[in-house]
Amino acid sequence: MPQTGAAGDKIFRLILLSAATILLLIIVGILLMMVQNALPSIERFGLGFLTGREWKAAQNEFGALPFIYGTIVSSIIAVVLAVPLSLGIAIFLVEQASPKIARPISFLIELLAAIPSVVYGLWAIFVLAPFVRNHLGVFLQNYFGWLPIFQGRLTGIGMFTAGLVMALMILPIVTAVVRDVLETVPQAQREAALALGATQWETTRVVLGNAASGIAGAIVLGLGRAIGETMAVTMVIGNSPRISASLFEPANTIASLLAANFAEATDEIYLSALIEMGLVLFLVTFIVNALAKLLIIGVTNRANNTRRA
Amino acid sequence: MMQKIMQSKISVSDLNFFYGKTQALHGVSLEIPAREVIAFIGPSGCGKSTFLRTLNRMNDLIPAARAEGRVTIDGQNVYAPETDVAALRRKVGMVFQKSNPFPKSIYENVAYGIRINRIHANKADLSDRVEKALRDAALWNEVKDRLNSSAFSLSGGQQQRLCIARALAVKPEIVLMDEPASALDPIATQKIEELIVELKREYTIVVVTHNMQQATRVSDKTAFFMLGKLIEYNRTQKMFTNPDEKLTEDYITGRFG
Repeated sequence: MPQTGAAGDKIFRLILLSAATILLLIIVGILLMMVQNALPSIERFGLGFLTGREWKAAQNEFGALPFIYGTIVSSIIAVVLAVPLSLGIAIFLVEQASPKIARPISFLIELLAAIPSVVYGLWAIFVLAPFVRNHLGVFLQNYFGWLPIFQGRLTGIGMFTAGLVMALMILPIVTAVVRDVLETVPQAQREAALALGATQWETTRVVLGNAASGIAGAIVLGLGRAIGETMAVTMVIGNSPRISASLFEPANTIASLLAANFAEATDEIYLSALIEMGLVLFLVTFIVNALAKLLIIGVTNRANNTRRA
Repeated sequence: MMQKIMQSKISVSDLNFFYGKTQALHGVSLEIPAREVIAFIGPSGCGKSTFLRTLNRMNDLIPAARAEGRVTIDGQNVYAPETDVAALRRKVGMVFQKSNPFPKSIYENVAYGIRINRIHANKADLSDRVEKALRDAALWNEVKDRLNSSAFSLSGGQQQRLCIARALAVKPEIVLMDEPASALDPIATQKIEELIVELKREYTIVVVTHNMQQATRVSDKTAFFMLGKLIEYNRTQKMFTNPDEKLTEDYITGRFG
């Protein structure tokens, strides 16, 4: 008997459903495993774990705050540096450049994304860190030294360099997403603006208004990447769990802590504390994404101006 | 001849237009007087939209497109290197085939062109100008109580009239319309047609249309294009009753197209 279409559709549906279910199970599974393994640490330190500023594994003293701070601040640096550059590149590619120029530039940017994290890290140690120590940092201290964030000793290793290398690493994905978003803006929107006597700049602003929610999404994606970035950051952030006003001081991130310490965590409570850090990272990512989603909804509403009089 | 050019709002002589190596217009010459409605008709791909877009240099957006010949508006060469294209497009407004409002409120859509061109003296003046444009586009009574609603909350016909209002708000002298009613139902189409006739008092209007009845209803003169050539340009009444060219007659009697 030939298979009827309805039965085929049922099987198809079942396959898709199981794919979706597996995803859910994996997330729940990871969460359960982490909570279970973090339990000794959670029971012993309670909320003090999150607010603690000291991390001394030998004395069984674990405080997450410097790592949370480092994770968020270094990611913000990366996004603040990368987003304007990404926007500029994407606008150039979509609105200005001829295909002859746009194609090789697009290719180069995608190539940036293919470089392994550890290579970025090595490059950051040998090129970026000395550059920050000898040139960029000196420049910033000369002109903006009155800002607390640029004071302190310049070693080249620290939060700023980590943020800088992360900015480069998230640049390709943010640029690619913004470029795709700009390309989906209907040509009719550009024509509408131009036909009213708009300049290139004014037309671009109309295009950006159309793409606002997509651009916000690209930024969130970049932020997510930055928060989770591990290897290159470990290599240049200085791995020092401190909260300093200066961005030139060494710091640490959650991801970098985990990467550097898992192998030597033999103590049960030490391991448990590290896993709880993983849980915190999970939470930080979740909160950042949720906030960003809210932001996107806000931006979209304003752009569409859907309020009724 | 000289006097004729003096009277023309738009004067085109021997215009050739190319998309890369493909020639889309062949030696088109035509004079358009002020405050009349001119209809462009012809089969799809005949170059009538291309021709329309040479008048406000909208074709500049297309890579490898180029125009040869002369287009003057009020005696000024549109394709001269020193031409301020933004200023040209302010003077020569355009309404597109598919309505393309911005994702903004009704008010902000109309205000946009006024704002970027800094036409208004103050906020009250801006509101006055928005109202005037919406009235001119016969939309004011339908939207005056919901100016802050999204432009997308309007019907298709209303959106197109909003786009007309947006074009009128910057005080153009010429309005180009590229099949403005082709996506609309008969009632909305009728409103646009009435509007075109109404606007003739203040503006010079060039309208591309697929619909020959529409051409007879709204236009003073009609230009018939085929394969990138201007076949005939005549008073509309003459064109549809007693055309000079055999090709025109064949087209309007439905023998091809």
